[in-house]
Amino acid sequence: MSTYALLFDQSRCIGCGACEQACQSEHDQRPHKPDKLDHESFTWVEDLGNDQYARHLCMSCENPTCVSVCPVGALEKNPLGPVTWDAKKCIGCRYCMMACPFEIPKYEWHSPNPRVRKCDMCVHRVTKGLPTACASICPTGATTFGTREAMLAEAHRRLKADPQRYTGEVYGEKEAGGTGVLMLLSKPASESDLPDNVPEHDMPHLTWTVLEKLPQIIPVWGVFLGGMYWLGNRKVEVAAHERRQIQEGEDNHD
Amino acid sequence: MTERKLPRPHFWATVFTLLMILLAVVLFRRYTGGIGAISNLNDSMPWGLWIGFDLLCGVALGAGGFTVTAVVYIFHLEDYKPMARPAVLTAFLGYLMVIAALLVDLGRPWNIWHPLIFWNPHSVMFEVGWCVMLYTTVLFLEFLPLVFERLGYNRQVHFMHKYLTPGLVIAGVLLSTMHQSSLGTLYVIVPEKLHPLWYSPILPILFFVSAITLGLAMTNVESFLSFRAFGKRLEAPLLRGIGRATAVMLLLYLVIRIEDLLVHGTLPLAFRFDQASWFFLAEIIIGGVVPMLLLFQKRVRRNPLALTGTQFLVVLGIMFNRMNVAVTAFQLGTGAGYRPHWMEFVVSMGMIAIGVFLFSLAARYLPVFEEGPLTNARPVDPFVELNRHSG
Repeated sequence: MSTYALLFDQSRCIGCGACEQACQSEHDQRPHKPDKLDHESFTWVEDLGNDQYARHLCMSCENPTCVSVCPVGALEKNPLGPVTWDAKKCIGCRYCMMACPFEIPKYEWHSPNPRVRKCDMCVHRVTKGLPTACASICPTGATTFGTREAMLAEAHRRLKADPQRYTGEVYGEKEAGGTGVLMLLSKPASESDLPDNVPEHDMPHLTWTVLEKLPQIIPVWGVFLGGMYWLGNRKVEVAAHERRQIQEGEDNHD
Repeated sequence: MTERKLPRPHFWATVFTLLMILLAVVLFRRYTGGIGAISNLNDSMPWGLWIGFDLLCGVALGAGGFTVTAVVYIFHLEDYKPMARPAVLTAFLGYLMVIAALLVDLGRPWNIWHPLIFWNPHSVMFEVGWCVMLYTTVLFLEFLPLVFERLGYNRQVHFMHKYLTPGLVIAGVLLSTMHQSSLGTLYVIVPEKLHPLWYSPILPILFFVSAITLGLAMTNVESFLSFRAFGKRLEAPLLRGIGRATAVMLLLYLVIRIEDLLVHGTLPLAFRFDQASWFFLAEIIIGGVVPMLLLFQKRVRRNPLALTGTQFLVVLGIMFNRMNVAVTAFQLGTGAGYRPHWMEFVVSMGMIAIGVFLFSLAARYLPVFEEGPLTNARPVDPFVELNRHSG
């Protein structure tokens, strides 16, 4: 089955912040107006001026960078779409934060038992067949929830129907190899806090091309080293043998 | 008449004690108030001084261990045998300090062993974790004969040398090949976040070659420091040989590095004379080209003081590279704001101090050097000694 996705339409967002409130209450967080993503703000509605807004949240990549870099598999891609974090496994290396091309995971820097914090696409709701808290509360339909196929088709339908409204591409269709949050932007990403330099391919293959070669390189390197040891050892033994013979020869003369 | 003698505290012992007290206070804050209580690390700069210095530099500085043991036991250049034990000891203590620093840097250090049971073979960090654990074990086993010899377990020492050493050395080279290069691979996944003068898909190759170079240079520096501190004999001819090898490795590294920039068309960025360009030029010219040219000079190699000074420049140059990758290039690429907090420096300095302290203990009580344990550490006038060697 297809994964679920969120479609955010910038032209429909009125910046009411209902998604922020719903998200905070859904995750038992202190109600507040965020000014960036942080350890207690999983989504943030950025005011771009002129009554235009950008929404920030975990992009729930199809092939997530964070999942690939986590040494202990604490981050997982749920088959339904959400990317989740497991407190029991995490060692706190923060490689996920380093690697995420959207700079989504945030940290509890002032906790002795810190957690990686980020939007989990309301996994507890999605597994029950419910839409995310932000999508259910959005009063204007700026954020909608459905299968990724349906959301992508809807995005392209809107693009075609009213091309003047948008920048012309679906943000997240190709970024980082495709994401589970699709955005129709009326302002280019570079005019908001959204990264505009995310490669249009998935990131995990970059390190995998290196790692997958190790099973080929290491045996060859091992044979070479072992061989050098053995060949050189033979020379050392022969030299020792010759020294002994000379010694014995001298002894016989006495 | 009674002699009145005030206790004369040794300068370094005092510095060490004060640093340890400070470290204890800092660590208390760390484990009660979190990483944020002692560092300026933040959401846009999740890795800083500790990863750059303690992990990347620390592991690279330990590369002398696998390099020298490979030279002696695999390639049978047995003249270099006196270098092997100090190099193994440096590497062993170095890796222990890396792990100790990780216990500060990791958010949940009590889970540090988790890669043993929770596997993710797609993660570079998973591979680094395994290799560092295994290689530290190898280093421990390579270090063990020093203890056995001291205790008079001669049969065990003989057994280890005959049956275990070759296998351990080969395993050590293989594990080091993997994790030294993988520390570079860690950054291969952030092409859009690392400044193009430092990002490369062949970072693993660059890290591996420069680690060997650094390992060789560090062997010289450490040998000279042991000579200064413990009155160890200075093996001038061996240092000359290491100097030649370092020159060749450095040339190889610089060729790969520059070629890589040419292939990606990023070399012109080096001549924009902005911050990135100055950092790059300083790293490559002062920390690379200059010491390489000096090491190719016979006159430099024949003077132990000049040779060691040049090798120290190599050490600084490659450490500067690691810091640039971990901090400067990342900041230039992402615009993240970060200046290390002074308490971050206390942790890093503290780790070095503990390492040096343990090394000097080992030098005193274990047969690290060919001369045996140097129990009577006597102050040496380096210039008298040096003239004797260079004459």
